[in-house]
Amino acid sequence: MSVSTDELKKRAENALDKKAAFGEDLDLSEYKEGASDLPREPSLEKLPDDMQDTLLHSGVIPSEKGREGSFVVLDSSVIASSILGKGFELMDTREALKKHDWLKDYSWKAVQADADKYTASTYLADAPGYYIRALPGQKIKLPVQTCLMVGHDNTAQTIHNIIIVEEGASLEVVTGCTISPHVEKAIHMGISEFYVKKNAKLTFTMIHNWAEQVGVRPRTGIVVEEGGSYVNNYVIMKKVRSVQTYPTARLVGRGAVAQFNTVAVAQPGAELDLGSRAILSAPESKAEIIARSITTGGTVINRGRLTGEAKDIKAHLECRGLILGNNGVNIAIPELEARVPDVEMTHEASLGKIARDQVEYIMSRGLTEDEAVGMIVRGFLEVGIRNIPEELKKEIDRTIAQSELAKG
Amino acid sequence: MLEIKNLTVEVGNRRVLKDISLSVMSGSTSVLFGPNGSGKSTLLATIMGLGNYKVVSGQIILDGKDITDMPIHERAKLGIGLMSQRPPNLVGVQLRTMLQVTGHGRVDPTTLAGTLGMDRFLDRDVNVGFSGGEIKRSELLQLAAQNPCMYLLDEPESGVDLESIEKVGKMIHDLITGGITCAGRREREGKSALVITHTGQILDYIEADRGYVLCNGTISCAGNPRELLREIRAKGYEECVKCRLVRMS
Repeated sequence: MSVSTDELKKRAENALDKKAAFGEDLDLSEYKEGASDLPREPSLEKLPDDMQDTLLHSGVIPSEKGREGSFVVLDSSVIASSILGKGFELMDTREALKKHDWLKDYSWKAVQADADKYTASTYLADAPGYYIRALPGQKIKLPVQTCLMVGHDNTAQTIHNIIIVEEGASLEVVTGCTISPHVEKAIHMGISEFYVKKNAKLTFTMIHNWAEQVGVRPRTGIVVEEGGSYVNNYVIMKKVRSVQTYPTARLVGRGAVAQFNTVAVAQPGAELDLGSRAILSAPESKAEIIARSITTGGTVINRGRLTGEAKDIKAHLECRGLILGNNGVNIAIPELEARVPDVEMTHEASLGKIARDQVEYIMSRGLTEDEAVGMIVRGFLEVGIRNIPEELKKEIDRTIAQSELAKG
Repeated sequence: MLEIKNLTVEVGNRRVLKDISLSVMSGSTSVLFGPNGSGKSTLLATIMGLGNYKVVSGQIILDGKDITDMPIHERAKLGIGLMSQRPPNLVGVQLRTMLQVTGHGRVDPTTLAGTLGMDRFLDRDVNVGFSGGEIKRSELLQLAAQNPCMYLLDEPESGVDLESIEKVGKMIHDLITGGITCAGRREREGKSALVITHTGQILDYIEADRGYVLCNGTISCAGNPRELLREIRAKGYEECVKCRLVRMS
């Protein structure tokens, strides 16, 4: 039953010290709320060059070429919002909640406000975020791009996003979560609630591009109805201190589909506690989780949980990890849970180093050892997100070229 | 010209090649016969520089240059090209990419793959889910892109169905001869090859000048490849071993 706002507020207040189930317990008192009065930018191309570069490295194109619209939050201020295409709404979640009375039925429904201290803090803050709604039957061709950027040191950014893809519609969203240049220490808490209606499709690509002293706690809940399809691509390759995320898709309608693709590189000093979960509670629903992770010295944990609660569901989890160098830790935790007999659920997990025979095979075609390793690593990561946008592929290539990854 | 001089190779502590000497002249093709496990593939892999094959003694010389301890990619750059029998799967690396990097952007993968009917494999991961014959064709395409001067072919005909054998055989012929029909010119400018064959079927497509029989890691016989094949077909490899023992005693 729906809970009153007062009751929810009380619950959130009581949860302000509640540790999350996973990940390092970050001390939020070290951070202050983000600025909420930063000015709107007339155009993303008017932003300083280094900031535009940061956007670009996070999958957000300043010229907006090939995009249906853009939405940028800096600290706690919406600094840009533009709609180029048709068939969808895009605005600040706070504004949307004022505009649409019915939206309260979607707000804080896929993610619990009192789940942990991060959700509670975000609930109690006046958190900005993007609200995107694809109207019924609208096939939005190009991606809508959004960026959540932390602009100042010691900021705790709180974000609340809602995406609704109405019946028969399709939408692609690319979100870059990042910090502006020169920011070293910050925390980002991002609540995302996605609703994919009957026969609708949502492709959501999130690129994390942080820095050495940043803590990141996204909380994502997805609800997919009958015949609906949700694809989640997540890429994190740059330095960061601590990320803990465990997006959960609930497949509530017959034949609903969810696919999670994760590509993660744990640089030295990083702890990435990543997970993907699908709860298949409607007959004939399907879910697939594919994760590719590499540690070059940090710790990466890949959780994956598939829960089968209805008959004739099909679910698969594939988790592969590479350990490059001698100091990293790579942990794979695949879990399957079946609650009815007629299910087909499988998983594979493997960890290891790059196979020597593959490196030699490529070297025998005239490539150096570094080039051969680079090719294998690139291939290994690209499998994680087969149909990623071209510029993102280039970004992966750039990251590999710049990092120690190419050296094995 | 490739010269193998008194080559002895160990894997782990096991001696797998013992005092091998052979040479493949420029523009000529030699054939390696021998039973399973006799060391044929090990010899090719050692020439390429692969794996944990430890050269205990002896030398590998290509065109006067000692390549015994050279890294794999430098051997490839000097012109050695290997067609493996069981190459590894390259998950995430498409055949198209492999042809592009191997050919340094000089070859058009689509045109090249078309010659062996492999165009629909260009966007597939190299060797992943390929049949035996498809692996051979993929290997050949990569060699064509690489354009070596010394071909090392490990059982190029095995696993290839009857329909494709002609195409594969012809392509190998064309690659090795480089389209040069004059024997004299081929000797000066042409490519060389060292080919492992079990069945001898590939001899229908290539001109081989010399044959070697490898048994238990040593060369037990050398001579005209067609005559050797005829003899092996008639009497088996046991005879080669016996014959060598007789000669040695």
